[in-house]
Amino acid sequence: MDFLNAIVALANFVIVPGMAYGAQLALGALGVTLIYGILRFSNFAHGDTMAMGTMFVILITWGFQSAGISFGPLPTALLALPFGIALTGLLLIGTDKMVYQFYRQRKVKPVVMVMVSLGVMFIMNGLTRFIIGPGDQRFADGERFIISAREFKAMTGLKEGLAIKTSQGLTVVTAVIVVAVLFWFLNRTRTGKSMRAYSDNEDLALLSGINPERVVLYTWLIVAALATVAGTLYGLDKSFKPFTYFQLLLPIFAAAIVGGLGNPLGAIAGGFVIAFSEVTVTYAFKKVANYVLPDALAPDGLAQLMSTDYKFAVSFSILIIVLLFKPTGLFKGKSV
Amino acid sequence: MKKLLLATTATALMTGAAFADGHANTVKIGVILGFTGPLESITPQMADGAELAMKEVTDSGLLLDGATVESVRGDSTCVDAGAATAAAERLVTSDKVNAIMGADCSGVTGAILQNVARANGIVMVSPSATSPGLSTAEDDGLFFRTSPSDARQGVIVTNILQDRGVNSVALTYTNNDYGKGLADAFQAEFEAAGGEVTISAAHEDGKADYSAEVGALASAGGEVLVVAGYVDQGGSGVIRGAIDSGAFDTFYLPDGMVGTKLNDVFGEELNGSFGAYPGTDSEGAATYGEMAKAAGYDGTSAFSAESYDAAALIMLAMQAAKSSASADFKDHIFDVANAPGEKIFPGELDKALKLIAEGQDVDYVGASAVELVGAGESAGNYQEIEFSDGVYSTIKYR
Repeated sequence: MDFLNAIVALANFVIVPGMAYGAQLALGALGVTLIYGILRFSNFAHGDTMAMGTMFVILITWGFQSAGISFGPLPTALLALPFGIALTGLLLIGTDKMVYQFYRQRKVKPVVMVMVSLGVMFIMNGLTRFIIGPGDQRFADGERFIISAREFKAMTGLKEGLAIKTSQGLTVVTAVIVVAVLFWFLNRTRTGKSMRAYSDNEDLALLSGINPERVVLYTWLIVAALATVAGTLYGLDKSFKPFTYFQLLLPIFAAAIVGGLGNPLGAIAGGFVIAFSEVTVTYAFKKVANYVLPDALAPDGLAQLMSTDYKFAVSFSILIIVLLFKPTGLFKGKSV
Repeated sequence: MKKLLLATTATALMTGAAFADGHANTVKIGVILGFTGPLESITPQMADGAELAMKEVTDSGLLLDGATVESVRGDSTCVDAGAATAAAERLVTSDKVNAIMGADCSGVTGAILQNVARANGIVMVSPSATSPGLSTAEDDGLFFRTSPSDARQGVIVTNILQDRGVNSVALTYTNNDYGKGLADAFQAEFEAAGGEVTISAAHEDGKADYSAEVGALASAGGEVLVVAGYVDQGGSGVIRGAIDSGAFDTFYLPDGMVGTKLNDVFGEELNGSFGAYPGTDSEGAATYGEMAKAAGYDGTSAFSAESYDAAALIMLAMQAAKSSASADFKDHIFDVANAPGEKIFPGELDKALKLIAEGQDVDYVGASAVELVGAGESAGNYQEIEFSDGVYSTIKYR
């Protein structure tokens, strides 16, 4: 019984939140890594692209909600998601035509593109705040929990509760589906193959008749979908606030780099490594230890490796260690 | 055509002269608050409070021979000391404000005080900086606050918890001057009174995820979670995580966490939680509430009353010193704020100005029952709040 309690406590406070956060980071990192792999620059505007995409979804969700359209126990935002993706896609393609294309045709150095994306980031940042405001927005509805801590305790008779939020379950399931579709697309379809060819060797790809503008177009569309899905899932799980999305950029980049920039598989692994390192290293194992160990051995203190202040230090230490020993990331990406 | 030109020029010249005239008798007060950042949902009502007092004085026409009081807003951002210093520098050097009503958060307030106020000799009255550190900061007699130090809040929190029979709490604070100051003050007080703080864990504002903090807090345990954070920031994030994972049901909410946003975001989920923020049941608070309502904003919002009082104190001190220069009126703030003298409530600023002009003493009570103590900070009155049926309401004054 005690052993079960220990497992449930660990699941509730480490595994479930870590999985959900990891999936959110992985989806964000996939977008960053795709742009890096195919368009060859680090897109600093990605966090704010997520914010804008989520904003579209929120506005449409509010429209649905006031029109009385709902999705049963699931959040209405899922219905609004395709429309949000379409709008974000238009936005990104517009941005590309207006800004990035100019620099791409001049074949500027990647670092110039990075600075350009920084400018785009500030504009998107401002636009989001201008349209929806800087504050928190709530758009989640439907059933909040798959199972709540109280229900779980009543059901199992255990002392510890296990809560799984709908948004957490949804995040993991959606992430799996999106990743599966993305890999199928990249590996099996003609467009996907041409994208990989363009990524591997631009000149060869051009010689074999691949239209670069088409590749760029598809890349932005996929990135729009990834960013909107990631942003919406994150917003449903936590809350929507433009500033937080801007801050998300850091762990997302860390995830993409740890995994290996330009490698989609690496982005996913990186997302989970960063998420779990933040949660586990700073977790106070007192409760778990008290359940598992005999009384004589139970710790008096918190059994906490590091105070939670250091959780970012942890993920960045991992980043540095990985870069020192494997400059291309855990999975072979492009070296930075 | 020639005539028209001539007339236009003449008019322009005259208006120019009129403007210049107006400027000669204008008092400018800088309102530096975090209009963006962690406190952005309560700062508009704070600025409205300060500007209401300024309007009242301007309308009375009694300050320094009918001076007009003008508000110049600046953004302290609450968290970015560099940006706050730059904003304050602009207000002082280019807008030439006579005094500063602000700033709001303790960290930026300290930065502005040291880098701008002391350097330029400008009086600062903060409505909401509560860090105990500011009590002992060097201020050349320029710094005052209409809010109490958190050392006082530590005592209040301890009293409220003990009255409810709570002896073991987990504590999380926002990692800045305010959070750390309050957390330390509270922990010392609570432990001295025999209580147990199982863990004191910092959280960073505006971060993506608080699972790690919630996990550590839950593991340490405790009857109540004390959240010394901001309602627009990590504080709400930690509460969200703690409720969702079933880690804690009851929360203690200090001043930075009390806001109507809690009703909107959490509602029923916070039933049974309690807290306290500065406020008083003196008649001034009620009067101020009415005045704010008439002016079209919510006067019960946290620190709105203190902001009105901060601006009022500045102007009354100017009247007492017969000068709008900070160097002259900084020594008069204590005189107008404390006894002896006729008690002054909100809406009576004209009466106060008249009394001072006649050479009589006033004791400014205002909207938050101002009584300055120590190095120029409010003695502190708190209202205890409790959640039931998804909204919080004041149940007691301390």
